[in-house]
Amino acid sequence: MLPVGYYIALSAFIFVTGAVGVLVRRNPIIMLMCIELMLNAGNLVLIAFSRQNASMDGHVFVFIVITAAAAEAAVGLGIIVAVFRQKSGDIDMDKLSEMKG
Amino acid sequence: MEYAWLAIGLPLLGSIINGIFGRFLPKKVVGWVACSAVGASFIVSLLVFLKMLGLAEDGRHIVSTLYTWLDSGGFRADMAILIDALSVTMMLVVTGVGLLIHIYSTGYMADDEGFSRFFAYMNLFVGSMLLLVMAENFVLLFVGWELVGICSYLLISFWYEKPSAAAAGRKAFITTRIGDVGFTLGVVLIVTTVGTASYDAVFGRIIGVGSGTAAAIALLLFAGAVGKSAQLPLHVWLPDAMEGPTPVSALIHAATMVTAGVYLIVRAAPIFAQAPWVLALAAGIGAATALFAATAALVENDIKRVLAYSTISQIGLMFLAVGAGAFAAGMFHLVTHAFFKSLLFLGAGSVMHALAGNTDLRKMGGLAKKMRATYAVMVIGALAMAGIFPLSGFFSKEAVFAGVFEAPFFGRVMYAAGMAVSVLTAFYIFRLIYKAFHGEARMDEESWQHVHESPKSMIIPMLLLALGAICIGWIGLPSQIGETAIAGRNVFEEFLRGSVSAAVFGHEAISQWWMVAAALGAGLLGIFAAWCCFVRFKGITGVLVRKFAGVYAMLVSVFWIDWAYERIFVRAGKALAVFVAQKVDVGIIDGAVNGIAGCVGSVSVMLSRVQTGYMRSYALAILAGAVVVVGYALFILK
Repeated sequence: MLPVGYYIALSAFIFVTGAVGVLVRRNPIIMLMCIELMLNAGNLVLIAFSRQNASMDGHVFVFIVITAAAAEAAVGLGIIVAVFRQKSGDIDMDKLSEMKG
Repeated sequence: MEYAWLAIGLPLLGSIINGIFGRFLPKKVVGWVACSAVGASFIVSLLVFLKMLGLAEDGRHIVSTLYTWLDSGGFRADMAILIDALSVTMMLVVTGVGLLIHIYSTGYMADDEGFSRFFAYMNLFVGSMLLLVMAENFVLLFVGWELVGICSYLLISFWYEKPSAAAAGRKAFITTRIGDVGFTLGVVLIVTTVGTASYDAVFGRIIGVGSGTAAAIALLLFAGAVGKSAQLPLHVWLPDAMEGPTPVSALIHAATMVTAGVYLIVRAAPIFAQAPWVLALAAGIGAATALFAATAALVENDIKRVLAYSTISQIGLMFLAVGAGAFAAGMFHLVTHAFFKSLLFLGAGSVMHALAGNTDLRKMGGLAKKMRATYAVMVIGALAMAGIFPLSGFFSKEAVFAGVFEAPFFGRVMYAAGMAVSVLTAFYIFRLIYKAFHGEARMDEESWQHVHESPKSMIIPMLLLALGAICIGWIGLPSQIGETAIAGRNVFEEFLRGSVSAAVFGHEAISQWWMVAAALGAGLLGIFAAWCCFVRFKGITGVLVRKFAGVYAMLVSVFWIDWAYERIFVRAGKALAVFVAQKVDVGIIDGAVNGIAGCVGSVSVMLSRVQTGYMRSYALAILAGAVVVVGYALFILK
């Protein structure tokens, strides 16, 4: 069995990739995908520790996270489509600042 | 005796009716409401008086409590009135003279736009004054004391469009306030040391508080009396108070409110008895004021201001009497003075009425031909004030001088001062009579044609007051003069004795025949001197004025007191106010408020930069925060 450190390292790599993606990209679809990356990095760690400890608790967490992520993606994509229509194709996140006080 | 409350309540009710609905009512109704309110109050006072005469002498002390007004911790003050000889005397004077002046005012103020406002204030004043004299504890007394003060202010500046009237009202209010600070502190000191404000309890326990504290209380109360009664050095407001309508001067600034100081000293006699030197001070200030104001009246050319100075002077005599321990004599003079001085004021009002508001004696003269009734009552008032037998002033002054002569301190000196005042009084009041009513008319032809006798509503009250000015002195005929029995007993003195404990009250001072002769001689001398100066040898005054130009200038400027107060207190006060307004208020108070607002503003401007509106900066902040928390957990907490 692979030592748990590898899983953590992979997970950290994926998480950082996702975080950087969220921070530097302006396309909301890509940002959404990056958030998925971060969530799944978390999932990977949960699964790894679950296996290590021979417990099912981590699995339960992961199921819930996947469900929440699916719901989030559905709502997020819906918003993005609505914005896309409103702005006739220009969906640069930095320009979507109508709500700024 | 619960119905005695009506005496206070009815004028207040009249005041409310006229104050709220007066402007919608015809003047006749307003006048009727006001006069009948005071008239009913007078009838109540009479009933109380008659009831009291039927009681045994030691039963003439009735407290009537309406309800408990304040009940806080150990302190308690009731809404209670005291009916005794002293308060009944004052009630009769206030409502009796007040009623006549109200009737007079319906004629005098008939053409005034503020008719209903005037009567609302006048009724409020009568109610407040009755509250002052009937209160059974010092807290309620204080309420009445302040209420008459505000009525005085409102009525002095009754014609508020006139800047001088508004200023006079302010001056009266602020000057009396200086004394009232002392009065307030005195009441507070009573409550803190004795623990109660009720007269009976305070007078019973005053011996227990120590002579120093008692003296402090007496001195503080005396300060209030000095302010209210316009004695030196707080007399400056009363001459200016003549800006108000003349009936106001007659009622408030001659007969009733200004004598409240005398009433206060007599009422609080058991406290003053613990500090004889405060009484001596009162006598000294009274004598000085009487002399000072009488000299100021010698050269005054405004008919009402002459009477104002004469009021200050006469109240000085009352202070002299009560200070010398002759409480009954002081009260007696208060009563007779209320009649003859309000009579003189109403006469002066009648003259002003005929001369379209002119008050300058230099522009009068010869009025006796056209105003016979006014002339007659003015002469009666003047004779009464000059102390000519058998008018009221003669008896009350006689009682005052006898009491002063017997005083335990400087009796002879004070007696001499009183005599001097007597001469001066007779002189200046007959100067007024001669200048206004005798000689040839010094006004222009048109005014002279316009001169007319006043309407009946003004003449009749004056005639009744004249009757009082003649007869009221007979209630206090001395029991004996020298060895000769006169009346057997002094009715007024005996009546009043019931209200102040006999130990404090002392006994009636016996006058001597030579004192009677001296008092009468002083009055006649003054009248004769006035006759010489203003009728027989008219050149004398001009010569005297030129010869003693310095003295004349001093008298005309009233010893430069107003001038000095203006420079010392008014200007310094204004400078301080300007400094506070422009420097302290703008710099420190406003500065602090604006500074705090500015700080909050600039901090929020700084913080609002954080809110960029870019989602990624928020995300970065969250990430950074998470890194910090995790790093803290990993490396610091271990």
